Amino acid sequence: MSKPVIATASLAGCFGCHMSILDIDERILDLIELVEFNKSPVDDIKTFTKMCDVGIIEGGCCNSENVHVLKDFRKNCGILVSLGECAIMGGLPALRNGIPIKECLEEAYLHGPTIEKGNKIIPNDDELPMILDRVYPCHEIVKIDYFIPGCPPRADLIWDALVSLVKGTPMNLAYETVKYD
Amino acid sequence: MKLSLETIIDQYRADPTRLMDILLDIQSAKGRIGRTAIDLIAKKCKISVVDVEQTVSFYHFFSTEPRGRYTVYLNNSVVAKMMGSEKIARAFEKEAGCTFGSVSSDGLIGLFETSCIGMNDQEPSAIINNVVFPNLTVHSVKKIIEGMRKGKKVSELQTVKPGDGNNGSKLLTTAISNNIRKKGPVIFSEYKQGEVVKALTTLTPQVIIYTMKKSGLRGRGGAGFPVGLKWELCRKSAGDKKYIFCNADEGEPGTFKDRVILTERPQLLFEGMAAAGFAVGSDQGILYLRFEYYYLKEYLEAILDDMRKKKLLGKNIAGRSGFNFTIRIQFGAGAYICGEESALIESAEGKRGEPRDRPPFPVNKGYLGRPTVINNVETLCAAAKILLFGEDWYRSLGTPQSTGTKVLSISGDCLYPGIYEIAWGSTIGEILEMAGAEKVQAVLVGGPSGSFVGPAQFNRKLCYEDLATGGSFIIFNESRDLLKDAVLNFTEFFIEESCGSCAPCRFMTVILKNKLEKLLHGKGVAQDLVDLEKWSSIMQANRCGLGQTAANPIRTTLSNFNHLYTVLIRTNDDFVSEFDLKSAVADSCAVAGRKPMLHGA
Amino acid sequence: MNTAITFTIDGTTCTAETGMYVIGAAQKNGIYIPSLCNMDGVAPRGSCRVCTVRINGKLMAACTTPVSEGMKIENDTEELRDLRSQIIETLFVEGNHFCPSCEKSGNCELQALAYRFKIMVPRYPYRFPVREIDASNPKLIKDHNRCILCKRCVRAIKTKDGKNLFAFKNRGHKLAIIIDPSLASSITDELAERASKVCPVGALIKKETGFAQPIGSRTYDRSPIGSTVELAATSPNAKETAL
Repeated sequence: MSKPVIATASLAGCFGCHMSILDIDERILDLIELVEFNKSPVDDIKTFTKMCDVGIIEGGCCNSENVHVLKDFRKNCGILVSLGECAIMGGLPALRNGIPIKECLEEAYLHGPTIEKGNKIIPNDDELPMILDRVYPCHEIVKIDYFIPGCPPRADLIWDALVSLVKGTPMNLAYETVKYD
Repeated sequence: MKLSLETIIDQYRADPTRLMDILLDIQSAKGRIGRTAIDLIAKKCKISVVDVEQTVSFYHFFSTEPRGRYTVYLNNSVVAKMMGSEKIARAFEKEAGCTFGSVSSDGLIGLFETSCIGMNDQEPSAIINNVVFPNLTVHSVKKIIEGMRKGKKVSELQTVKPGDGNNGSKLLTTAISNNIRKKGPVIFSEYKQGEVVKALTTLTPQVIIYTMKKSGLRGRGGAGFPVGLKWELCRKSAGDKKYIFCNADEGEPGTFKDRVILTERPQLLFEGMAAAGFAVGSDQGILYLRFEYYYLKEYLEAILDDMRKKKLLGKNIAGRSGFNFTIRIQFGAGAYICGEESALIESAEGKRGEPRDRPPFPVNKGYLGRPTVINNVETLCAAAKILLFGEDWYRSLGTPQSTGTKVLSISGDCLYPGIYEIAWGSTIGEILEMAGAEKVQAVLVGGPSGSFVGPAQFNRKLCYEDLATGGSFIIFNESRDLLKDAVLNFTEFFIEESCGSCAPCRFMTVILKNKLEKLLHGKGVAQDLVDLEKWSSIMQANRCGLGQTAANPIRTTLSNFNHLYTVLIRTNDDFVSEFDLKSAVADSCAVAGRKPMLHGA
Repeated sequence: MNTAITFTIDGTTCTAETGMYVIGAAQKNGIYIPSLCNMDGVAPRGSCRVCTVRINGKLMAACTTPVSEGMKIENDTEELRDLRSQIIETLFVEGNHFCPSCEKSGNCELQALAYRFKIMVPRYPYRFPVREIDASNPKLIKDHNRCILCKRCVRAIKTKDGKNLFAFKNRGHKLAIIIDPSLASSITDELAERASKVCPVGALIKKETGFAQPIGSRTYDRSPIGSTVELAATSPNAKETAL
């Protein structure tokens, strides 16, 4: 029987949730036995090579590329999981949500204290992703099936949730592992 | 300036429980309640500055900034819009040169919207410097603004003749019409001033309460609490001083009956209050009148004066020694929630109109902590008539459990909007026929806190046994987009009017409105209807009647007009995002000076 | 005079004395009724509605309803659990609750209730309102992003002569807490400390404090809110302490 296939991505996040996946320590060996990874920074596969059973999303959507990747995951994954506060509610990047994007960009590239003198410009190369007006939680863009909170989610929580998901067993998540920080 | 502020505050002995009056007078005299005024009130009344600010910021008609020498409050309620208020709004903006929510650059004209002002039978209408301008047209708006530019007094701006009945009387002279279409045997039947208090002189409080109980009279404001029982509870409640409140806040959109009763039967009402005072042992009555009816102030005060002179109020009324009762008018300042009796009391005490937790009930601990009876205008008038004609007469009207008559305020799509005093037990169909309504899609019975009912239910009867109502009756014909024109507007009304104290009322209304808009934008799925139903159910947990019914426009249309929702949903999708890439990147691309690339994203 | 009365919660017979509110009476009997705006020693207000119970079939706030003889109270039912969860979720989307960067995280009662109700994500869309942070007071920071408008500070914090330091401004969804600038400018350390303790969330933070406790040892890191009430009930002397 083929192993369940997992894909992961980090959108507008800090990769902390991915670090927390690695934080399951020696259980990573069990994980390799249990599942196969497809598109993911873990194995550096850049594009989907087949349909995946579970897609794990870290980070919310702050630019057009995030939206594109997220939609791609939705197309290629049976179950989609929002991992961590940023995916669930925008997280710290969403602190900018109350500030008009114009102000944000001007502060970052024109007026901020760390801007060097000279040719100041707001990056506008067509190759760059376009910045969204605010940071969007993933489930406002596509349907998300499961949510694993935390900043980052505790490794034990990720492990328990993932094992339940791929084995199809009920999720009994321990109180002390389900946290928002 | 300082001196006159002081004078105003001193007039009320710097009593913080009279804060509403102080603020009303300052707003009226200065056109706003500024920082200086707030600080001075706090100092003189010995309360903190935030105590003053919390009351000022609660009421729609109080303002810390100037709102123009002429301040226009245009009704934005559902029926006003049905009668063309949007066109009137644009005319005001064009003529005044400023948009709604702002003041013209010369400070002359301020344009603001306001919730239902009790003129549904003569919309579009507006309140300008406390004067009501009904039946506005684009032409009359032009004339009104012209008059403002010439510096005319607001009374000289009126372009139409005084209305019928007492509206045309010397003290009132307003363009408002009564539109009494059907006079019933209780409220609008013949009545001679003074006959009620004279009848009282032969009765005891116990007999009066007994008569009320036997008559089966229930509160006419909407909740329907038995009047005799309320009076008895208050009478039995211990207290050195007791109060009789008449609730004339009439804020439920679509109701305007109290306005007409106050115009045509004020003496009957005041005698009814005196009767209640006599029954419960109170010598102080307070008429809590919504600010929208400020135009009635001088008229009603003159009548109170006259009644005092004739010994129908005051000391030893009608020659009966020890029968003392005075009445003062307490104005609100624009808050629907103050129609809720405990919020009304809070407001009368100079506070924010936040409903109290119960128990204690007002009959035990009401105004200033004293036992208090609060009855609606119509209730007190009916009580007065019962004392004249007896409980048997009253019981002969209506149905066994809904005795007497009910005054309806009928508006919307019909030939004869106005006031109808009907016997309880009439069917919706019968009423629609009286009002000259055809091709009716829906009737909103009891205002937005009531129910939307469709033709399948037009055989239902208006009475406590079937469809109870406070009297608002709004008709929608088949041409109306019920969800967009009515349900959405009423939901916005509840968002605007929530006191904000209870979490579900404060914000669930906003969530529900967003969901409704998602549906109206064609992005709804089946789950959204399940959500609306389930999410709105938590409104039941709110403290007061407003909060508990604030989702009724949605809930009653979901059950009675479900087809209007099902046609909106996308049946092939189980998830539709409201996210739109094009609009989400528009601003950032504009700032960076690049062309949005929307393909492939 | 207070008299002993009997009532039931979810079918369990309980006893209490008249003059108590339902929430306190339940607590005496080792039953936790989740609540947020209620606080021991502060006049109740019933503003969050989280403690909603069914009393003789009717939805009532347990913190403002006096207990009385023969009451049949429903507390831990499917319906009420969902209702409470919905209210808590409403509060999460109404404001901006960035738990990862909040000093109160781990000691926050809103967060703790969400943990207790196993909320993984609010069912409602986030609003991301624009809200103000006011750090003008020398001792307190007021972060309106986190405020849940429970009115605890308004009710609990007064000057020595009984004046209000805190009050509501506006109404409905525009409601906000305001601080009296002149009275609060001379607020004592003790009162500022108390204000930040009274606040169930991180909306009132005493300056130059915060993040004092390491993760893992904060109030709600290991055991859910309400468990002290429930633990008391299972201890051997529970019956005695309840009466």
